[in-house]
Amino acid sequence: MSIVAGIASLLLLAVIFELIRSRRLRERYALLWLLTGVVLLALSLWRGGLNTIAGWAGVTGYPPAVLFAVGSLFILAVLLHYSTVISKLSDQNTILAQRLALLEQELREETVRRTRASSS
Amino acid sequence: MAELLEAVPQAVDERLATWRRIAIVPALNEEGCIAGVIDEIRQFDPGFEIVVVDDGSADRTAEIARARGAHVLRLPFNLGIGGAVQTGFRYAYEHGFDLAVRVDGDGQHDPQELRAILEPVLQAEADIAVGSRFAGSAGYRSSRSRRVGIRLLAWIVSGLVRQRVTDTTSGFQALNRHGIELFAADYPHDYPEVEATVMVFKHRLRLIEVPVRMRERVTGRSSITALRSIYYMVKVLLAIFVGLFRRAAVPKEDRT
Repeated sequence: MSIVAGIASLLLLAVIFELIRSRRLRERYALLWLLTGVVLLALSLWRGGLNTIAGWAGVTGYPPAVLFAVGSLFILAVLLHYSTVISKLSDQNTILAQRLALLEQELREETVRRTRASSS
Repeated sequence: MAELLEAVPQAVDERLATWRRIAIVPALNEEGCIAGVIDEIRQFDPGFEIVVVDDGSADRTAEIARARGAHVLRLPFNLGIGGAVQTGFRYAYEHGFDLAVRVDGDGQHDPQELRAILEPVLQAEADIAVGSRFAGSAGYRSSRSRRVGIRLLAWIVSGLVRQRVTDTTSGFQALNRHGIELFAADYPHDYPEVEATVMVFKHRLRLIEVPVRMRERVTGRSSITALRSIYYMVKVLLAIFVGLFRRAAVPKEDRT
């Protein structure tokens, strides 16, 4: 179990690294993912820590269940983060569209004015 | 007496005359400072075109800059310092300028010191010259934690580029066409100077640091708070680390 989880976390870290390197993922959005990977890696290799946390959480039967709990918690955090990012992007998108419409209108009227001025 | 001294225009370096030159001034809510910055750049050398990049200010920054005759690029929303500065470099590149200086709109960079950072570029000793607060004896007061952070970054970057760099967070720079071209094409995001320094070396451009004095902020406040600086520190270190594994672009022409 711990070996499989460890390999999976390492794989996650490697994928994140490659995505940043090839500029498909910005550092800013990678930080939370990296934290997820590092925490999962630490917990899957360090059984003592996992058992301690399991003790706090009252999970007595199967300590590795804590891995899933911690994993889901981080995924929840990443999703929430994305929701805020998407909200910001859509606000900015609105502003861009409005700005473009205003500029287009201005340019059109300017062109009309100029052709009139040159024809008269 | 002081008035008399001010009235005498500074002697402009004749070598500048042969360069198409521009001052890039990023500004965010600097209505109190921007006019002074523009005037001081003109006072240093009236031949500089000035482009103010307004990074989504809520005040009259753009209006005041326009009234002073600067070109104003108004970003529709805040892009952060990296995006704003790169807008300026794009402008400089597309309009064919071959010498650019960056002077921040908050009045922190003293245009009097432009002479110092222009020298290595005019002498063709550097593609990019950076004004450093720590290279010489010129004193700079700043909070302890911030100084430690700047020193630590300087130490790491110096090791990576194998050249002593003392102030990797300084935005007070002069660039020739090669530098403008690089930064117009690729410039890091929200805390850009550190990564940019590493990038410059990877692209085999020559960077030289020059000691300068910087001023205390006049109005406004630094965009960097304590918690943010930790976040930036982690982010910048990650960016530098990953950047090492990127392929450096091959220089377009041999620069010997």
